[in-house]
Amino acid sequence: MAGIRKGTRRGRSWLALLLIMVAFPCGAETQAVAEREGGRVKLGISEYTDIGVKGPVDNPVTALDKDKSRKSTADHSKFKELQGPFNSGPEVTRACLKCHNKAGDQFIHNKHWTWSYRNPVTGQQLGKDYLINNFCTNARGNEGMCAQCHAGFNRTSPDYDLSRQENIDCLVCHESTGTYYKLPPTRGNKACAILFEGKPPIDWVKVAQSVRLPARANCGSCHFFGGGGDNVKHGDLSSVLFHPPREVDVHMSEQGGNFACIICHVGEGHQWAGSRYNMIARDEKEHALPEPGMERQTATCESCHGDKPHPRTSIRGFKLNDHVDRVACESCHVPYTARGGVATKVFWDWRTAGRLKNGVGYQEEGYIQGNGEARDTYKSIKGSFKYDENFPPVYRWFNGVVTYTTIDTVFDPTKPVEINHIEGSPSDPDSRIWPFKKMRTMQPYDRGRNTLVYMHLWGDDKDAFWGNFNFSRAIAHGMKENGIPYSGEYGFVETWSWWPQNHMVAPKEKALDCDQCHSKKGRLASLTGFYLPGRDSAPWLDWFGLFLVGGTLAGVGGHGALRLLLRRRKS
Amino acid sequence: MPIRKVRIFNGFERFWHWTQALLIFILLFTGFRVHGFYRLISFDQAVYFHVVAALSLIVLWIFAIFWHLTTGTWRHYLPTTQGLWPVVRFYAWGIFKGEQHPYRKHFWRKHNPLQAASYLGLKLFLFPVIWFSGLAYLSYNLWQNGVSHPALGWIATIHVAAAFAILAFVIIHLYLLTTGGSFVHHLAPMITGYDDVELTEAELAYLEQDEPQRLKRR
Repeated sequence: MAGIRKGTRRGRSWLALLLIMVAFPCGAETQAVAEREGGRVKLGISEYTDIGVKGPVDNPVTALDKDKSRKSTADHSKFKELQGPFNSGPEVTRACLKCHNKAGDQFIHNKHWTWSYRNPVTGQQLGKDYLINNFCTNARGNEGMCAQCHAGFNRTSPDYDLSRQENIDCLVCHESTGTYYKLPPTRGNKACAILFEGKPPIDWVKVAQSVRLPARANCGSCHFFGGGGDNVKHGDLSSVLFHPPREVDVHMSEQGGNFACIICHVGEGHQWAGSRYNMIARDEKEHALPEPGMERQTATCESCHGDKPHPRTSIRGFKLNDHVDRVACESCHVPYTARGGVATKVFWDWRTAGRLKNGVGYQEEGYIQGNGEARDTYKSIKGSFKYDENFPPVYRWFNGVVTYTTIDTVFDPTKPVEINHIEGSPSDPDSRIWPFKKMRTMQPYDRGRNTLVYMHLWGDDKDAFWGNFNFSRAIAHGMKENGIPYSGEYGFVETWSWWPQNHMVAPKEKALDCDQCHSKKGRLASLTGFYLPGRDSAPWLDWFGLFLVGGTLAGVGGHGALRLLLRRRKS
Repeated sequence: MPIRKVRIFNGFERFWHWTQALLIFILLFTGFRVHGFYRLISFDQAVYFHVVAALSLIVLWIFAIFWHLTTGTWRHYLPTTQGLWPVVRFYAWGIFKGEQHPYRKHFWRKHNPLQAASYLGLKLFLFPVIWFSGLAYLSYNLWQNGVSHPALGWIATIHVAAAFAILAFVIIHLYLLTTGGSFVHHLAPMITGYDDVELTEAELAYLEQDEPQRLKRR
């Protein structure tokens, strides 16, 4: 667990404050700095202490038409194949595949396994094995750490044998005891070794016999912690969703639908609908409203709610349905990002990474989130962060096509670089207005070639950044290892990434009021190129009105006054 | 010629007038909220009541058009230059000198020529403009064809501009109630239906014989 905890060193942190204030001269940053004052400093670089299932394992609805869990036709605890003994994950997987003899072949073609996806629209090679994000930047080359969330065993490098089915991790998705856990596949630098301490051994037989359809606890144990911590990446996927209150997520709440993730992310043959890489921004009419009880291989709202989701028995419902072709459901029904008490990262500054105290890395708590827990606003291994919660998303026209800045994309470093560019416009019938969380990062790039870089973060060697804190060596190593040309000089570039907000759908009474967008300084104030009632008007129109109505009043007033005046004079 | 109190506005006409007045007031009030002049009520409420009032007014109008055509009342709005100049001269000059209004209501012509021309303009130009722009605005989803159509901005602009003109009409309409007699004197006929009308002997005889209920007993 965490290293030695010490009180704030006032003098030192004030100096840090001063530096940060100089570096970021805007209001929000000063607030973050003020919050930083009370933060505790923890020596050491232990990571991921906050990852894992929170509370009891959920028992969600997995069959929508029956409104309850699907009835399994088998009690796995009775199978002789699962009586063990098992001493490792692959042993369990071999037992699973003995009966589920097509599951292995299904699974090895899945993104969870390959970490590879070629977008059929843009032709881009995507997937965790290739992409660079603006959080920990790259999984490639850092599998020893990042493949903790690979749905397989022992992925320690890019040269992973993707045909070896015994390495599929069936348990992470199917076990139901809540006692199963995954550790990073390699130990990394000795400074990070603390990660592996204090975990009880896995009872392989017990977890193997507990398998069922995936619950929120299964998907969430990775997807709620993307980016290396609770809700770090998505903004709408946090540990709150293990057991969300109704007002946070009406579908997943046990007081609401108690849905498993797979109710919407429908799958067949270990392929699931609803990937961020290639989205359906506007579900066509012919796809919406399937036959009752039928599953559709899409994860859109329309696949259940249809394209006229509001009651057609009222004027209000009609008017709201008029929005559906241009406004994504989420724009009104996911009213704020990061609800329920767990904050999300909104800014990350790699430039400050590598500071040491007493010759070792450290972490600084500087943000107390809604549920009262402290979040680190500085980590020697990662740099400085800012968090936010319960904040309005950014709205963009989006047609489902996302273009990524990949390792070979050359960009102009004087401007912010979009890690994933959201395509769409008001004149495009496939586009709708979508809500996004915007992530802003200062991250290393190749200053000579104007490209992003692969960093070597994890490893028990002299180059791994996590342990040695040297960008120059970490980048050179990461690039060389992957055969990417590198100029030898790095700098820092501002990057943005856009995270569509689809989860944490609030109950309808918490949906946005019309005024949130239909007003002059509303949420859509910066979206141009279309007429929005209540926000837009021709600039001359009010002058015309003032002239006409004011002129009429003046004329009538003058006429009346003259009558009164002359009548008085007469009498 | 005898001046008698004759019922010139029947029940439907008064109902039409006052309902229309109320609906126009609601439409102006909610419409300017949608336009963004004030935030006393929510956008949601403003749109809801605006649409309800507009649809109600359309229904009322369908009845009113039918009534105008079937009863021949539309003839009251036929434009004429006969007697127009004295009325114009009265509002521009005579009124200040305490002159009498030059127009006497006729049994077959209840509006003075200027009034008739204004109402005709309102009914044939301003109202159609606000109706057509309003219906196009309301039904944009049916014709914008999946993309945000640039015409919507123009439709909204025309709609609001027409609303300004109607507001100007309402102001003048109310002000003119104070001219050529008292405010109450002008208002009363639209409430009771009866007004002083100069009748020819023939008209009086006709009314006494065929429509005695339209004559107020002395």
